[in-house]
Amino acid sequence: MKGKGVFRLVGLAIAVAALAIACGGSKPAATAAQKPAASAAAVKQIKIAVVMPSATTDAAFSQSMWSALNAVQAEMGGPSAMEIKYSENMYNVPDAAAAIRDYASQGFDIVIAHGSQYGSSVQEIAKDFPKVTFAWGTDVNTFGLPNVYAYTAAAEQGGYVNGVLAAKLTKTRKIGVTGPVEVGDAKTYIDGFVQGVKATDSSISVSKTWTGSFSDVALMAAAAKTQIANGADVLTGSSQSVVGSIGAAKDKGNVLWFGTQSDQASLAPSLVVASQVYDWTAMLKDIIAKHEAGTLGGITYTLTLANGGLKIAYNPGYSLAADVKAAGDAAIKGITDGSIKVQP
Amino acid sequence: MKDVFSLNVITGIFNTMMGLAAPFLYAALGETFAQTSGVVNLGVDGIMLLSAYAAFYFTLITGNLWLGVLTAAIVGLLMGLLMSFVSVTLKAEQGVSGIGLYMFGLGMSSLLFKVTIGTVKTVVGFQSVKIPILGDIPFLGPVLFDNSIPVYGAFLLVPVAWWVLEKTTLGLKIKAVGQNPAAADSVGISVNGIRYLSVCLGAILAGLAGASLSISQLNLFQDNLTAGQGFIAVALVYFGGWSPIGVLAGSLLFSVVNSFQLWMQVLGVKISPSVAVMLPYLLTIAALTVTVNRVRQPAALNKPFERGEN
Repeated sequence: MKGKGVFRLVGLAIAVAALAIACGGSKPAATAAQKPAASAAAVKQIKIAVVMPSATTDAAFSQSMWSALNAVQAEMGGPSAMEIKYSENMYNVPDAAAAIRDYASQGFDIVIAHGSQYGSSVQEIAKDFPKVTFAWGTDVNTFGLPNVYAYTAAAEQGGYVNGVLAAKLTKTRKIGVTGPVEVGDAKTYIDGFVQGVKATDSSISVSKTWTGSFSDVALMAAAAKTQIANGADVLTGSSQSVVGSIGAAKDKGNVLWFGTQSDQASLAPSLVVASQVYDWTAMLKDIIAKHEAGTLGGITYTLTLANGGLKIAYNPGYSLAADVKAAGDAAIKGITDGSIKVQP
Repeated sequence: MKDVFSLNVITGIFNTMMGLAAPFLYAALGETFAQTSGVVNLGVDGIMLLSAYAAFYFTLITGNLWLGVLTAAIVGLLMGLLMSFVSVTLKAEQGVSGIGLYMFGLGMSSLLFKVTIGTVKTVVGFQSVKIPILGDIPFLGPVLFDNSIPVYGAFLLVPVAWWVLEKTTLGLKIKAVGQNPAAADSVGISVNGIRYLSVCLGAILAGLAGASLSISQLNLFQDNLTAGQGFIAVALVYFGGWSPIGVLAGSLLFSVVNSFQLWMQVLGVKISPSVAVMLPYLLTIAALTVTVNRVRQPAALNKPFERGEN
């Protein structure tokens, strides 16, 4: 009995000592933390959260917003000037809605709902947080709410340019399009692409396949292989699953690729001719500036070739013939100055 | 229409079918072993994903495809051991633990991919190997004898799996354990031991399925690469009546219709893309209703074994 008592006493002593060290240790840290915060208060950090339907590494839609956010953060001076929090792979809309609401209630200044499927969630949540700016895309509807911005991309414009280039480069005169689901910017991009091809040479055949999924890479690869087996020597397509098509083109070896949403040149350096890149940076900076000035929403942004939101990134690793590039540049100029009209 | 059904197109359809069927064959044959012994493993998709990542990553950094295959098999084995431990030793609800395994595989592969690789990259995977002489036969040549090694492996696995299950003592033990574990136990067969073996074997094959995706068919890794193919593989086990031949039939049916609808779209046949995409699933369901009701489900499926209880 005596032995047990000693153990209990020792145990208690250790516990008390540990508590003392813990408490004593945290005090200096607490005071140290006060100082940097005080000086940082001079520049107010802007807090931005983004909810995305796929991974930041998807080489397409989500990655375009992710790169833009990081670029703007670097320009503004790093994480101390702009905090970014993100939730990726939010393809389940109720989960995404919960994340959006969470971020808004945690005091974020701007919450970006990067996915057209999040629309009704934003419409509901924005009303509960009138001091938070919500940015939502790709769509044009701000729901008449003063704290909602909407954004979209005129993907058919870059599609047209890619189509012009593709028409000039195909030797078999067969072009393949591997699409995911026939909606949104996938549809407008491909419609623009077909217009570009037909405007350059209406006898070239363009065949389209839709896999019915934005994420099924295996089916997309099979679709691309089928196009190639049918004789297509130039391919394009949209969505993150398009990496499957690029892989199929690479396997065959001499099939060219035109990308959209992000610069896809790194995926097949000798086969990607050009990509339409969504550059959200100017839009993000404008939203931040407007938010700081007190305008929390009410505007729809559209990325176009004219305003620099859409860029055609020629792949330096692919040697493009000068006359073909000239045709592409002429198409860009035509769309920018309005002489070429592309139907979305 | 004459154009549509030319020899070229039909060869193309069946050729695409072979590549599409391979991952289903590996995963579904593996799951057949697990389910025949009485364990439902719904985590197949998660195992495929983590193994696909592992195979891809090790091929990327070493340049050796076989090392990638080995890694995929090891990852499969480890996940199989985990599933076995949870379902057989701890006797947890198999459906739930399977889904948990799936989520683990999905999340872990995404995390590891982001941390170690970061952006989508490609590797040079297994190339098609044409078998001389046989590969030149019209139609059968390009379809059967001009595929990559993983695809050959998947189809060769069918007779091997059939032979193991039907013609060996091990197969007999697996079936016994799945039909009547109490009787098997009384004869001295280690029920849990056989279940561990079957689940791990199934998981290793699911690992090979993942490898066949990332370093043979697609030559890349991306988040959620399998897009649910593992679950279709589990369904194919039911469709195939827990027999390797049935699994082969199911995999081929599903894949050939998928291939067919893609070709129809490419050739510009006027079919709504939404309907086209639905076709493989519709036809598989239709085939299920038309075929004779086979009451061949392992009687002890999804029931943990407790000596003295069953």
